[in-house]
Amino acid sequence: MANIKLENINHSYSLKTENNSWAVKNINLEWADGGAYALLGPSGCGKTTLLNIISGLITPTQGVIKFNDLDISNKLTIERDIGQIFQFPVIYDTMTVYENLAFPLKNKKFEEGFIKKQVQKISEILDLGSILNNNAKNLTVDQKQKISLGRGLVRPKVNALLFDEPLTVIDPHLKWLLKSKLKELQKQFNTTMIYVTHDQTEALTFADKVVVMHEGEVVQSGTPTELFEKPNHLFVGHFIGSPGINILPCEIKENSAFFLDYEIKKNVNIKSIKDKNIKIGIRPEFIHFSEIGIPVDIISVRYLGKCKIVDVVIRNINLKLVLNDQTHVPEKKAHIKFSEKYTYLYSNNYLVN
Amino acid sequence: MNKVQNNKAWFFILPVIFLVAFNAVIPLMTVVNYAFQETFNNNIFTWQGTKWFENILRSERFYAAFGRQLLFTFIILLIQIPLGVFIALSMPKKGFGVSICLVLMSMPLLIPWNVVGAMWNIFALPRIGFLGHYLALLGFDYNFTQSIYAAWFTVILMDVWHWTSLVVLLCYAGLCAIPDPFYQAAKIDGASRWAVFKYIELPKMKKVLTIAILLRFMDSFMIYTEPFVLTGGGPGNATAFLSIDLVKMALGQFDLGNAAAMSLVYFLIVLLLSWIFYSVVMKGEDK
Repeated sequence: MANIKLENINHSYSLKTENNSWAVKNINLEWADGGAYALLGPSGCGKTTLLNIISGLITPTQGVIKFNDLDISNKLTIERDIGQIFQFPVIYDTMTVYENLAFPLKNKKFEEGFIKKQVQKISEILDLGSILNNNAKNLTVDQKQKISLGRGLVRPKVNALLFDEPLTVIDPHLKWLLKSKLKELQKQFNTTMIYVTHDQTEALTFADKVVVMHEGEVVQSGTPTELFEKPNHLFVGHFIGSPGINILPCEIKENSAFFLDYEIKKNVNIKSIKDKNIKIGIRPEFIHFSEIGIPVDIISVRYLGKCKIVDVVIRNINLKLVLNDQTHVPEKKAHIKFSEKYTYLYSNNYLVN
Repeated sequence: MNKVQNNKAWFFILPVIFLVAFNAVIPLMTVVNYAFQETFNNNIFTWQGTKWFENILRSERFYAAFGRQLLFTFIILLIQIPLGVFIALSMPKKGFGVSICLVLMSMPLLIPWNVVGAMWNIFALPRIGFLGHYLALLGFDYNFTQSIYAAWFTVILMDVWHWTSLVVLLCYAGLCAIPDPFYQAAKIDGASRWAVFKYIELPKMKKVLTIAILLRFMDSFMIYTEPFVLTGGGPGNATAFLSIDLVKMALGQFDLGNAAAMSLVYFLIVLLLSWIFYSVVMKGEDK
């Protein structure tokens, strides 16, 4: 088990290293020992690259990786003692389930008795005990994925377990079971786990701390609540939460922020804003109807079980509201109000403090 | 459960039936005709029963040719399959080198068979050809028209040169189909190079390798043109493999009855061996 530190990691797959060809750039992260982390971002944002950099499958163009403050940048994958589970289950076709699980231990030349004990233990935890002697080839996808997972857990000392979208190919009802299993294992083994996904629900339920990546950069890292309540970047607001954050035009006049002609935030620190490209970001959950406020036309109301989503428009600008299902929605015309606490200003997509 | 009867689909496979009839069924049946009857001329046939078959199965000549054939097939499979796998493993997976390697590998397959024979004939000419000259310089008494060993050496070398690429291309295709995560997982699990080959590459190549072995097995049984041009089956009968012997019998001696019976026996042997091989390899598959 280890504390993992990434310092100034940059990686490019091509030899040219112009600014736009970086797959990941300026990564500075620290993962505490025993934590459950998620790396969240859309496809192609560099999260798998980052994972492979940690496990040593990719050597980064620049930067240093430290396990427990020891520089391991030049160590081979095998020396790093990492478990990694891939999107598609990787099993060794010609082996039985037992042999599959024993494989990493055999490669490390552990003695037979120890291997047997260890495999037995892991197969019980993963409910694979009854099929230990079956050929691994003819199992179902979720059983195969459990074997992949087992090969990571079976080793007596693992610095971290890395998951690369491990539930993509699993059926929805089994997904839930496996997800809870992972969470349970994380608590039981107390191993650092890093979980890569593009699915916000998976990330937010699994992890204590979520790192959001966008175009090769880390845009925010924090607890699920932080990411929801105070997105550091408009991308985070847009990507997390459903529907995403409302992004509105903004004008600054005398220390106050205005949306159209309506003052929505006072005492804005203008000095910290250098750029003119300022936007207002407010989550649909933090807008509500009120007696007075900004007049809007209601376009549609959609019911989603416990809540409803209301689309409104003012002067060709669309906004979304999320209300609980008890709230009364006026017909056609209404006034809305923003919670000032959760109304943020963004300059060049980044939050203005 | 009213199934619509529509037999018009049969018309779509008519061209294929027609083709197969003319290039396989009718010629084969003609051979069967010759194998059970005797003919002199004017298409007068007399029924001979199993006489030709008894002849063939009692003749030493047939067993000698069959033995040579088996030995030849065994040797070339033993060389071509491991060599092909090895070359496929050493070929680059991406970049500039891939197309160069693929073109180089396809070259021998594109050359007409009799040209291959002629090329090797000139290449191996004792003292004059490139191979003959340098083998002589190295002190070998090499003459493939006189020595049995030299003749076999040359024929096998030629076949390896000609056909190993087929094994390489098939194996390479199999290797390219293995997704990256398998190699990555092996790295994570600390597998050695040999373990990667044994547990990942070989099992994933099993199907193409089966095809490669079957193709090479059947093709080597059919080998005719190249040794015919190179050695003509000599010296003596040393390189007279089954089909060379067969043609000698059918066209050289015009012994149609025996030749027809021999080709049928020969055909059944190839069929039987391929079937046994395939069932053994595929046992336990698709369960």
